[in-house]
Amino acid sequence: MSLSDFLQRAMSRWMKDGGPEDDIVLTSRIRVARNLQGYPFPILQTDSHANEIIEMVDKAIQSEPMRGLGVFELIRCRDLSALDRQVFVEKHLISPDLAEQEKHGAVVLRNDELVSIMVNEEDHLRVQCIMPGLKLKEAWELANQIDDALEQKLTYAFHEKYGYLTACPTNVGTGIRASVMMHLPGLVLTGSINRMLSAVSQVGLAVRGIYGEGSESYGNLFQVSNQITLGETEEEIVQNLQSVVMQLIEHERTARQQLLQRNRIQLEDRVSRSFGILAYARRMDSKETLERLSDVRLGIDLGIIQGVSSGILKELMVTTQPAFLQKYFARELSATERDVRRAALIRERLRLDDTEVHG
Amino acid sequence: MICERCHERPATVHVTKIVNGEKTGYHLCEQCAKEQGEILNPFVAGNAFDFNKLLSGLLNMESSSGYAPVQTGNLRCATCGMTYNQFTQIGRFGCPDCYDNFSSRLEPLLRRIQTAGTHTGKVPVKSGDQINQQRKLEALKRELQQAVSNENFERAAELRDEIRAFEQNSDS
Ligand SMILES: [Zn+2]
Ligand SMILES: [Zn+2]
Repeated sequence: MSLSDFLQRAMSRWMKDGGPEDDIVLTSRIRVARNLQGYPFPILQTDSHANEIIEMVDKAIQSEPMRGLGVFELIRCRDLSALDRQVFVEKHLISPDLAEQEKHGAVVLRNDELVSIMVNEEDHLRVQCIMPGLKLKEAWELANQIDDALEQKLTYAFHEKYGYLTACPTNVGTGIRASVMMHLPGLVLTGSINRMLSAVSQVGLAVRGIYGEGSESYGNLFQVSNQITLGETEEEIVQNLQSVVMQLIEHERTARQQLLQRNRIQLEDRVSRSFGILAYARRMDSKETLERLSDVRLGIDLGIIQGVSSGILKELMVTTQPAFLQKYFARELSATERDVRRAALIRERLRLDDTEVHG
Repeated sequence: MICERCHERPATVHVTKIVNGEKTGYHLCEQCAKEQGEILNPFVAGNAFDFNKLLSGLLNMESSSGYAPVQTGNLRCATCGMTYNQFTQIGRFGCPDCYDNFSSRLEPLLRRIQTAGTHTGKVPVKSGDQINQQRKLEALKRELQQAVSNENFERAAELRDEIRAFEQNSDS
């Protein structure tokens, strides 16, 4: 199978489609936690409880209100190979925790993979809507519709005072976690990222970035999400996150322009070197891959690199993950073999864009 | 410093994350960091080690500061059997009823991890209806009591009939 055929089949819509502000915002995601009345939370669940819940959810997704919202399919974890479960994790459709729930876990997928419903993870249900670009409101509207449709067939555990009851009290109330994945190389390169992030975390939002030694980061990718779920409405939570993200976007754009004006040569050199490494290297580990991809994506956004699609960062950060590589090369790979194959896949992928442009 | 994951090799990579303005860090060897790096899909990482860790940190802090440890030892959810001590260790409740059964301990906890103690968001259509009906019924019963104590028996009879009709309706 050719790489483009493989990608055609393997990519979810959030990975290939663009969206508002997608030069900086990769995805918007809403996750809603729900539990069923009269059942213990999954942590104390028996086999029969788990099965009953899966069956009830399966019935609910086949009901009229759900059918109006798309084509849904329920898949039990035990019917997926360990590798396929890992692919689902890498596509952000399920959490690593659910992938381990071989016996009790299940996932409902909408055919475009913008919606996934995890069953018997930490909570009975976790409805997730993931959209490309900054589409928090759209993602919440969709999650809300799905929640309403499911609720016509399922009775949720709801408390007059505490709202939707969840296994962990950090999710109680709305049960909503809204998060935005941002690419912020400008703020990192200009050294203003830490100031920015601590300001963000002071307004009740959580920021996660994975750092190496010092302040060097992993692909300049950051996830900003709400931390409070009780005492604010869903709309307030979404609106608060949205406005902070808009401010971050503005600071990032300013930082990029500064870099272009003051350090153009260094920037062009850095971006071009990273492109060269991705295009020619014979071994790539995942950390370096993310870092080089971040540079290349910045180069594309600033017009330094042409002929490469801007979706390359989002696409390759998923498809160069271990399970995807093993899926594509159709064999088990050790960590060292993966580094070799990862480099090969990246080279092949870059040639694909090149032939589209020149050939 | 030894790697916190394998406890074998020296830690050379220091990973930092910022939550609520507070930095927390952990220390890994090159190899574990590399392996983690492949697992630490940034989308998913947020769920794996964020709020629950923070929570059990808070809970442990609370129990170690001698915050009424005697009572919590016996506190147990009558529905699922989970004890409050178990909850502080795993950071998860066992069933929806735990919220009511541990409510005395929950209030101070919620004040710390949430801004407010009362839900103001969405209410489910179905059970929300039950909640509204329940509220209405309670209001009628309160009014009935008042009518009786005011010796307003005419109004009391009306209210009694209203309550009966209401209860019959919600039974069917
Ligand atoms: Zn180690
Ligand atoms: Zn309980």
